[in-house]
Amino acid sequence: MAHLLLRHRDIPDISGLDVYRKNGGFSALEKAVTSMQPQEVIEVVKASGLRGRGGAGFPTGVKWGFVPNTIWPHYVVANADESEPGTFKDREIMEGNPFQFLEGIAIAAYAVQAQTAYIYLRGEFWQIAAWLDAKIAEMEQAGFLGDHLFGTNYSLRIYTHLGAGAYICGEETALLESIEGKRGQPRIRPPFPAVYGLYGKPTVVNNVETLTNVPLIIEKGADWYKSLGTVDSAGVKIFSLSGHVKKPGNYELPFGTTFRELIYNYGGGILDDRPLKAIMPAGASSALLPAEDKVLDTPMDYASVKALGADLGSASVIVINDSVSMDWILNKTIHFFKHESCGKCTPCRDGTYWMFHIIERIRHREEVEANTKLLYAVAKQMQNKCLCPLGEFSTMAVTTAIERFPQDFAE
Amino acid sequence: MTLREKYPEQIQKIFAKYPPERKQSAVMPLLHLAQLGKGFIDRHDMLEIAELCGITETDVAEIVGFYTLYHDKPEGKLRIQVCTDIACALRGADQFLAQLCERLGIQPGETTPDGLVTVEAVMCLAACNKAPMFQVQGPDGISYHENMTVEKALEFIETARKEVK
Repeated sequence: MAHLLLRHRDIPDISGLDVYRKNGGFSALEKAVTSMQPQEVIEVVKASGLRGRGGAGFPTGVKWGFVPNTIWPHYVVANADESEPGTFKDREIMEGNPFQFLEGIAIAAYAVQAQTAYIYLRGEFWQIAAWLDAKIAEMEQAGFLGDHLFGTNYSLRIYTHLGAGAYICGEETALLESIEGKRGQPRIRPPFPAVYGLYGKPTVVNNVETLTNVPLIIEKGADWYKSLGTVDSAGVKIFSLSGHVKKPGNYELPFGTTFRELIYNYGGGILDDRPLKAIMPAGASSALLPAEDKVLDTPMDYASVKALGADLGSASVIVINDSVSMDWILNKTIHFFKHESCGKCTPCRDGTYWMFHIIERIRHREEVEANTKLLYAVAKQMQNKCLCPLGEFSTMAVTTAIERFPQDFAE
Repeated sequence: MTLREKYPEQIQKIFAKYPPERKQSAVMPLLHLAQLGKGFIDRHDMLEIAELCGITETDVAEIVGFYTLYHDKPEGKLRIQVCTDIACALRGADQFLAQLCERLGIQPGETTPDGLVTVEAVMCLAACNKAPMFQVQGPDGISYHENMTVEKALEFIETARKEVK
């Protein structure tokens, strides 16, 4: 099947405005703005079953529907903070197929009647921000952004905003704080951004990949989109495959593809032909899954992965062979979350600090049994006690590694 | 020279992105601007940015301290930031960092004696399929260097040595 999101792999130069237009580009935006009511756009996206691709999997159309028409102005923010270790899909979309992403933002903005949209990029995406600025300018020039789009009363402007190195800014309320020029620390929710978002105004925050699906849904319809993927997880997903595989990379596949197909058919199998030991299906914030047939033959959709005691998240599949021990894995994941904890909630700030010290002791084989018990207890006590998921994420690998790979923590 | 003297157009462009009453939103892009060229943000920059955004110098310093890409002290002209997070580490990023530092005669986090290069380990850079890799924070901004070997990295540094000086 031809790619729907990574279209640059099939169509050379689709990042050029003319080529994008020749391939149907901006027809969905024109259709939405000139022939559909905003509410109709929301209904189509709802009916398509599209769910947020940033990790949470929340139904996109439902999110848009929460925006109240009693408070103005509205904003749309594209979350291009892509910082989960193991995730590198949004980058490829923005580099390869930027106009489909930008068209998705414009349709989302029309649906909630926002006249300003921001793209929040992680600071490291400096070159991508400059690239998108140039693409936005081309769209303005061609009349696809700016005042009175397609001769209607609807006007829209899109701006990029660069972060400066903070994983936490992928969390939507921390991201909004960051655009407001503050430290990226999560807000207490509710109120949710749909009601109280950027500058205290109703705001839709969607991931890059989510938005890139939108033009196709408007163009081809909700039923077509639902026919792809599974009942619970409609459409296609970009799986970022990394770690111990022969061919790491992004693979755009229908939801419901199994881990085995992804790792062995697309990824070419395990690096150095060693036995597979474990899979992290959602990056560093993932639970660890042992390499059993039951896991490998599980279809990758939200419900099936959940049933395994993990989450699909942003579908960043990290493959681990038998050359590494789980204490090494935990050292890496805990170090990451300790570094990225914003410091607002004590369980996360202190918990990640202490987990790091304890895993260092285990790495040095100091009282392994007692320290493993302590590490497990600290992780368990952090759960459900933080404002945002970061604290929780830091414990996922810890508890599941100890539960599912006890041999790696034996004296 | 003040930022206003140096970058009048860019500053105007930055403020145009945000509602006129939300000047504080410009603090991050202004800090990126201030860091160009010299690689760090000094006290004068912070004071001027505070004034431009209508916030206190402490508010600005808070932002500089919170986000890892801002620096308040000079280091090497090029900061080579190697990702050693889990996905890159599974593909040899730790060894790459150690060998690169050994060849340069420095420890991770240190700067070469000529002041050209600082090498440091950083968190995930969203390039897990192209490990080992690093980004370079330099006078013109940030660039990515992927599918690296120690030899390729040293070659890059040698080329930069001629250009930056």
